[in-house]
Amino acid sequence: MANKIKIKVPVMADLAAKGEKPEYLYWVGCAGAFDDRYKKVARAFVKILNHLNVSYAALGTEESCTGDPARRAGNEMLFQMQALKNIEILNNYEVKKILTTCPHCYNTFKNEYTELGGKYEVIHYTQFLSQFIMNEGRLQIGTSQVSEEKNIFKDKKITFQDPCYLGRANGEYDAPRKVLGTIPSVKIEMKRNKNFALCCGAGGGQMFKEAEKGDKEVFIERIENVFETGADIIATACPYCMVMLTDGLKYKNKEKEIKNYDIAELVVLSLGL
Amino acid sequence: MISNVIFVIILIATILLFYRNVRIIARNIKLGRDVEIKNNKAKRWKLMFKVAIGQSKMVTRPITGILHILIYVGFIIVNIEMLEIVIDGITGTHRLFAFFGPVYNILVSSFEFFAVGVVIACIIFLIRRNIIRVKRFWNEEMTLWPRSDANIILITEIFLMSALFTMNASDRILQLRGLEHFVNVGTFPLSGLLIPFFNGLPDNTMIFLERFGWWFHIVGVFAFLNYIPYSKHFHVFLSFPNVYYSKLRPKGEIAIMPSVIKEVKLMLNESAMEPVEEENAEELTFGAQKVKDLTWKNLMDAYSCTECGRCTSSCPANITGKRLSPRKVIMDTRDRLEIVGKNLDKKGKEYDDGKSLFDLITPEELWACTTCNACTEECPVNIDHLSIIIDMRRYLVMEQAVAPAQLNNMFTNIENNGAPWQFSREDRMLWAEDLNMVVK
Repeated sequence: MANKIKIKVPVMADLAAKGEKPEYLYWVGCAGAFDDRYKKVARAFVKILNHLNVSYAALGTEESCTGDPARRAGNEMLFQMQALKNIEILNNYEVKKILTTCPHCYNTFKNEYTELGGKYEVIHYTQFLSQFIMNEGRLQIGTSQVSEEKNIFKDKKITFQDPCYLGRANGEYDAPRKVLGTIPSVKIEMKRNKNFALCCGAGGGQMFKEAEKGDKEVFIERIENVFETGADIIATACPYCMVMLTDGLKYKNKEKEIKNYDIAELVVLSLGL
Repeated sequence: MISNVIFVIILIATILLFYRNVRIIARNIKLGRDVEIKNNKAKRWKLMFKVAIGQSKMVTRPITGILHILIYVGFIIVNIEMLEIVIDGITGTHRLFAFFGPVYNILVSSFEFFAVGVVIACIIFLIRRNIIRVKRFWNEEMTLWPRSDANIILITEIFLMSALFTMNASDRILQLRGLEHFVNVGTFPLSGLLIPFFNGLPDNTMIFLERFGWWFHIVGVFAFLNYIPYSKHFHVFLSFPNVYYSKLRPKGEIAIMPSVIKEVKLMLNESAMEPVEEENAEELTFGAQKVKDLTWKNLMDAYSCTECGRCTSSCPANITGKRLSPRKVIMDTRDRLEIVGKNLDKKGKEYDDGKSLFDLITPEELWACTTCNACTEECPVNIDHLSIIIDMRRYLVMEQAVAPAQLNNMFTNIENNGAPWQFSREDRMLWAEDLNMVVK
């Protein structure tokens, strides 16, 4: 019997007031909080967290940019200010494990906060989900337990855009593919993939500015790579990639034929959550 | 006897000149900012064996990778013979190691196969560069000199190998004719094929040919050795230490600026915990304007680059027609460093030509980077292009405050609302409202 329940995302301060401490902090990121399209990804991910009965909370209004775009745009001062402020908050709550949906936040916590006193176990949500699939069998997609009508992607071709900050930056190519692999569908790689994948064009501060003069936008080049595969769905695992590739689809008037979903959304749709 | 003396003089001159040029390069590299790279020795050796000696990143492009390995292995192997040639030259002996008998013949014969491999690879490379005109060899920064440099290297290598064949073929003919001095060392499998072309010539001409091949080869090698410090070909030496000292941390990590930590702590009003010790702190530039603001590793990167352009050919900005070329950033750094070094030698420590990296690398190039690390992933000798780009951006932002306006907006937004966009912090949880889930 399908039943709808309301999800209330727990907030750190509220839990702390009750003397509770969640196992994981879900770092929503600015895109999850403010980008209309990517909010849906954050929503999808907390659905999965609830589905898996994970003990988690978000920082809510205490969350602030990690400083990644500032640092990559050369503003080390601003980056360190953000970092120190965030670390203070995280350490006050005695946060040990951080879950992120954004690979840029993931990279910053994992690699760039340690030297400033922020030492956490940082897990990208694709890694988190792949752990659940592999070790505990608690996340089951596309198994006999999932009814046939929920195999909605069965005949769809899915291609995956490696986020630079998950892939090249941190060497994680398998986890997102592992999760995608459990979704009944046809997986198809772009010509440039994994460590040779082409960037969507948004990293390093590009997201927030016009591109320099050139022949074309990077996301157009990449969306053409997607077309070469004949894929019906582009799976992304990064808010920047999602904005850029969705823009590419709009630019090429292919929004009807090809859809851009985040892996978390594909999981939610497959599970019918 | 005279020839021995001449040989020794050339040998000594070669060594001295090479030593001098290498010292200049080492001195130039040390002009860079000091960073300590000493940790993880075992890991570094392993990386060097894999990436530099093992050429693991070359073969990601299989055709050029294998051809390059042919030249690389060929040159190392053929240079074993150099040892004999040098000793012969000093002492006046001929094929000193011939007393090893059949082993010697097998060795010298196998050298010939490697030498042919080198010639074939060089010819294919010349065709790729000059006839097929592979795009990455014709990018904007590939001006006349870099293109000529590459051709000079390839053609020289072909000549050096041809001299070796001439020498071996005429030597074998003289052996067969039983001339004194020319020890019978057996047939040479490949240069043996040249014998019919030379066989009718008189002994004197044959001796001349043999000597010509010998001298051309060895003097050519000496000259080439002293060409290398002026050339992109210096990678044959520096690729090994450059990989050894390369970044071991994840590519995503950008090096922290310790000088900023202090400033930030002051700003966040934590000054109480640290007494001011600014007096003797040396004057630091935030970011990089001049080569001396870069680390010595950045500068070693610059001298290790052989301008293959794999970085640029995979750079999203460059692919889509932007001005940024990671190879150019590296070449410009080296070119600027060369000028700084020459000024130092000619005009002394105090001289400043008033120029900087920014005379060669423009903000337009720097701002086009997406920090995606495609360039560093591609580089066969682990050059870190991104580190230079970030450090130059830091100079533009923190010293000059000349970031593109939209980036300044982003900074302001982060400062004011804690997000790169103009949204209120209070709205951070709106995404989670009215969220329902289906349960069974």
